Amino acid sequence: MLLFSALISGLGLGSMYGLIALGFHVTYAVSGTVNFAQGSTMMLGAVLMFTFTQTFALPTALALVLALALCAAYGLLVEALAVRPFVKRASDAWLIATVATGIVLDNVVMFTFGREPRGLPSSLTQTPIEIAGIGLGVYPLQLLIPLVGLGLAFALQFVSRRTRWGTAMLAVVQNRDAARLMGIPAGRIVAGAYALSAVFAGVAGTLIAPLVTVHADMGTLFGLKAFAVAILGGISNAWGVVLAGLLFGVAEALITSTLGSSYTQIITFSLVIVALALFPNGLLGRTQVRKV
Amino acid sequence: MIRTTRQSLLVAVLAVAAYCETPLALATEPIKIGIVAALSGQSALSGEAITRGLSVAIDEINAAGGLLGGRQIKLIRRDDQGNPTKGVIAAREMIYKEKVTVLFGGLDTPVSVAIVRIANQEQVPFMGPWAAGTEITQNDANPNFAFRVSAVDEIVNKAMLAYALKTFKSVKPGLILVNNPWGESNEKGLRAALAAKGMQAAGVEKLEVNDVDVVPQLTRLKRAGADVLFLVGNVGPASQVVKSLDRMGWKVPIVSHWGPAGGRFTELAGASAENVHLVQTYSFFGKQSPVGEKVIRLLKAKYPQIKSVEDITPAVGVANAYDAMHLVALAIAKAGSTDGDAVRQGFYKIDRYEGLIKTYVKPFTPEVHDALGETDYIWAHFVDNRILPVGPAN
Repeated sequence: MLLFSALISGLGLGSMYGLIALGFHVTYAVSGTVNFAQGSTMMLGAVLMFTFTQTFALPTALALVLALALCAAYGLLVEALAVRPFVKRASDAWLIATVATGIVLDNVVMFTFGREPRGLPSSLTQTPIEIAGIGLGVYPLQLLIPLVGLGLAFALQFVSRRTRWGTAMLAVVQNRDAARLMGIPAGRIVAGAYALSAVFAGVAGTLIAPLVTVHADMGTLFGLKAFAVAILGGISNAWGVVLAGLLFGVAEALITSTLGSSYTQIITFSLVIVALALFPNGLLGRTQVRKV
Repeated sequence: MIRTTRQSLLVAVLAVAAYCETPLALATEPIKIGIVAALSGQSALSGEAITRGLSVAIDEINAAGGLLGGRQIKLIRRDDQGNPTKGVIAAREMIYKEKVTVLFGGLDTPVSVAIVRIANQEQVPFMGPWAAGTEITQNDANPNFAFRVSAVDEIVNKAMLAYALKTFKSVKPGLILVNNPWGESNEKGLRAALAAKGMQAAGVEKLEVNDVDVVPQLTRLKRAGADVLFLVGNVGPASQVVKSLDRMGWKVPIVSHWGPAGGRFTELAGASAENVHLVQTYSFFGKQSPVGEKVIRLLKAKYPQIKSVEDITPAVGVANAYDAMHLVALAIAKAGSTDGDAVRQGFYKIDRYEGLIKTYVKPFTPEVHDALGETDYIWAHFVDNRILPVGPAN
């Protein structure tokens, strides 16, 4: 039972890391840039969900749509203010600009949402799952999280392979200038990738919120671990990123269960280093070829 | 004519300069008291509670004519966000720029420990109204400028064990502690308390401040046969422990340090928050002393959002800070100046103070820098959002 609940918990957490890391993947694949403050975007999703459902008492579905729409808008803003101006001038300053945008967001939320952590109630975290009277030690939400995570990864795969927008995105990934010559609005594709990336983080935030406390700096650690996951999986490979997220989450939970929490971070991150030493481009990543 | 005007001007300037040096001018200069505490983040309520306790006491002292011949007390606040680095930066600013006479700390032991080092180095008295880490006042500095009106971990740890033995007949308690210096301080204290009774912990587990799931750690304690959990953690991690216990369906008694009192514990932890019994130094519920009634009245008058005693929360922050500020004022009065070392010695000269938590008689000596002891603790639990007493520790 211990291992089962650790496995479910780890899969749930791993899906969160994977979802946020997918956001890194989407923008990196299209533009070679990422929003380093993805954790802050995750926090934004959670805070908006709390505000819409608890403060404004909106129905959950409507609150979810509004929260994700605003996350997408935030993603567009990040791309327009913190990425595009620097990329245009061939500067790498977007690295720090995206971090700075996240810090600004954290502080704006602190002043507007409040300084206290809040609890988001959910019908999916009221009663733990029981089978034949035996508690499994997990809430239904914890089972839903990996399903949503994997579902979104499949959806991304479908959209990128089977839709016009996806094909256009892949064209931009392959050769931005050639895509532009073919009439594909590369700029809008990149902006769209940032919006999608923010939506992934927003989904992670809205899903995890009932399991944790909602506050302005809740995304920091998640963002950091998700970036480690993105690198571990191979940031250019969507399935690698998702797989790495699940592995990372499960490893964390299993190490805590078997060896105790004192060893969790030491062993998990040591494993990441070992994995990267064996697979320098990530678990499923490929060596980047630069054509000159 | 021109010469006369110039001479007059010179005389006037000299007169102003001389006035500035007089005791009358000094008397108008406020005495600055600094507080470095969590005013934002997970423990923001704690900083607000300490501020309220200090402010009400300062208003009383100022209304009674101030200190040292009429000097008013001015409170200066800085936010440490529960982060030792930010706390140290704020403490340095308070000492070097604001030149505070006494520096108050907040809820977090790691922050207070870091600040006390600077306070001892710069010979500025430090007063702890909340953080309970034993090493805050029992440090290696000589002379020691750290004082406290609050619980002390090693005494709380003995009280936690005594309460678990008496109330829950525990024979094998398990420890679940936040992974920071405060948790370590309590691990040491709880192990010592258990050893003194010839007992051993079922297990010792740690949790991180941002841990989402504590089921793995709790399952290990359950497997080891823990019959009571000793919980040490602030409101965020403590609520994760309660939520995880709910998920496991494990109804084990929880005897906690007072961390959960620092925020919206019931909202964060759910209905099972009521099962957590936590140590407190004061409760505004029940029959109050005349000082208690006065403080409630003053708080309601100063803070319109306080409608009833339920809104005076967390009570320990308010009560400890209120008494601590009055004791600081007495120490400054005994010192007769704002000199750091004189104020430090002023603390030892306080004979008696009829405070909110108790009547303090010789509260500080060169050997004892903690004004509260084991008999001053009460045990409480959450009922809705109120922290109500469940009975005395002994």
